[in-house]
Amino acid sequence: MMSFQIITIGTSLGGFYALKTLLGVLPQNFPLPVAVVQHRSAEESDIFAPLLASHLQLPVLEVEDKQEIEGGRIYVCPANYHLLVERSHFALSTDAPVLHARPAIDVLFESAADSFGEGVVGILLTGMSRDGSAGLRKIKEKGGYTVVQDPTTAEGRTMPQSAISSMAVDRILSIDEIGPFILELCAGQRGAA
Amino acid sequence: MKNELAVSPSPSVEEIEMDLLLEGIYRQYGFDFRNYALSSLRRRIMNFARNERASTISALQDRILHDRSWLDRFLFALSVNVSAIFRDPAFYLAFRKEVVPMLRTYPFIRIWLAGVSMGEEVYSLAILLEEEGIYDRCRIYATDINEPVLKKAKEGIYPLELMQTYTSNYMKAGGLQSFSRYYTAAYDRAIFKASLRDNVVFAQHNLATDASFNEFHVILCRNVMIYFNRELQGHVHHLLYESLVMFGILGVGAKETLRFSPHEQAYDEIDKAAKLYRRVA
Ligand SMILES: C[S@@+](CC[C@H](N)C(=O)[O-])C[C@H]1O[C@@H](n2cnc3c(N)ncnc32)[C@H](O)[C@@H]1O
Repeated sequence: MMSFQIITIGTSLGGFYALKTLLGVLPQNFPLPVAVVQHRSAEESDIFAPLLASHLQLPVLEVEDKQEIEGGRIYVCPANYHLLVERSHFALSTDAPVLHARPAIDVLFESAADSFGEGVVGILLTGMSRDGSAGLRKIKEKGGYTVVQDPTTAEGRTMPQSAISSMAVDRILSIDEIGPFILELCAGQRGAA
Repeated sequence: MKNELAVSPSPSVEEIEMDLLLEGIYRQYGFDFRNYALSSLRRRIMNFARNERASTISALQDRILHDRSWLDRFLFALSVNVSAIFRDPAFYLAFRKEVVPMLRTYPFIRIWLAGVSMGEEVYSLAILLEEEGIYDRCRIYATDINEPVLKKAKEGIYPLELMQTYTSNYMKAGGLQSFSRYYTAAYDRAIFKASLRDNVVFAQHNLATDASFNEFHVILCRNVMIYFNRELQGHVHHLLYESLVMFGILGVGAKETLRFSPHEQAYDEIDKAAKLYRRVA
C-alpha cells in the first residue's frame, strides 16, 4: 500500500465552494497535512483562512514562513506569496508570478514532489487558468497520486481540462466524490498521535 | 496530533549537484548561498539552467566556476528584488502610530534598513520621517548584498506607471501630503527628490557573512530572510539583535516570524500584524 505524506490542492475561479465541499468531508482525526493554493488578488485581506475554517472540522492556518508541516491541519497560502514545501516545513517566496499567478499552483505541486516524491497526492480543481498542469505532471513523474475535478462539474473548466489533456491523471471525479475518495485513499494511514 | 513526516532519506542527484554548485561558488568566489531556502533556490537554479540551455546543474557548475561573467549572470538570476514604495501600507501606518512617538524622545536616531533592494523602502521611510518632523535627526543606513541593485537605490528613479499604485499605498500608509510633491515626472520615469537621500548612507553588506557595523535604534529587515533556511535566519537574527540598542525596534516582513531567532524572548510585540517588535532584554 502506498504511504502518503501530504495532500496538495490547487484551485482558482470557483475554488471556495469546491474547497468547502471537498475539505468539509475530512474528519477531525484526518492524519495528513493538506496544503492549499487558491488564486486570489494580491490585495486581498487575510479573511480567506478564517472564512474557510468556519465550514470545516479541521483547523485552517494561513502559512507563515518556515512553518512546520503537521498532520490534521489545512494550510492555506497567503495572498501575493508562493507557497513551497521544504521538507519538514513550508517556505514562502515572492519570486515572479508563474502563468500570471502568485501564489501559483505549479510552485506548490513541484516543490511538494521534490520533497516527498511518491508521498504526494495532488488535486487540481476548478479554475480558468492553465496553472497546475505542469506541477501535477511532476507529481505523477515522481510517483505521487493525481486527482482532477471532472471539468463538466467545475465552474471553471480550463484548469482541470488542461491537466487532463496533458497527462494521464489517476482519477477524474466530481467535486462531491473527491473528499470521500481521499478518505478512502488515506484510510489506514498511520497519522501518528 | 503530530504527524512526523518521514522524508526520503537519500538526496536526489539534483540535490547533490546543487550542494556541489553552491559549495563551489562559495569557495571560488566567496558568495555564500549554502543556507538559502532550498525549495525556492532550486526553482531559480532550474529556471536559469533551462534558460541557459545547460542540460544539468553540473554542466552549469562547469561554466560558472571557470568564467566570472557566468557567475554574474547567475547572481542576477538568483536575486529576488520585488519591492514597492509603501509596500504593506499597514506596516507604515503602524510605524507612524507606534514607533514614531518613541523615536521623538531620541536626540539622534540611527536606522538600518537591511536588504533594501532598489530603495523603495528607503524613500518610503524618509518621506514618513520627514512628514513626522524627525528626518533631520535620523541617519539611515541602507544595505543590500547586491551592488547593481544598490546603485538603482541611490538613483531613486522608478517607472512612472507605478506612481498610481504608490500614491494609493502612500495614502493608506497615513500620508499627510500630496504624494506627487516627492518626485518629478520626466518622460516615463519618476525621479525622487534628492533631499530624501540627504541622511542616507548606501553600502553593500552581506547578512550571511558580514559582521555588525554599528548600533541602531531601528532595524528593518523585511522580506529578506524568507529566502534563508532556519539556520541562516537564526544567524541573521543574532546579528540584528547584537546591532540593536536596548529598547530598539525590529521590523520583519508580513509573513515572517521571530520563531527562529535565538533571541525571540528578548522582544516585546508592538504590533502583531505589522510585525514590529521592541528589544527589552
Ligand atoms: C524581496 S527584496 C526585499 C526588499 C525590501 N526590504 C522590501 O521588503 O520590499 C530582498 C532583498 O534582499 C537582498 N538579499 C538577499 N540576500 C542577502 C544577503 N545575504 N545580505 C543582504 N541582502 C540580501 C536581495 O538582494 C534583495 O534586494
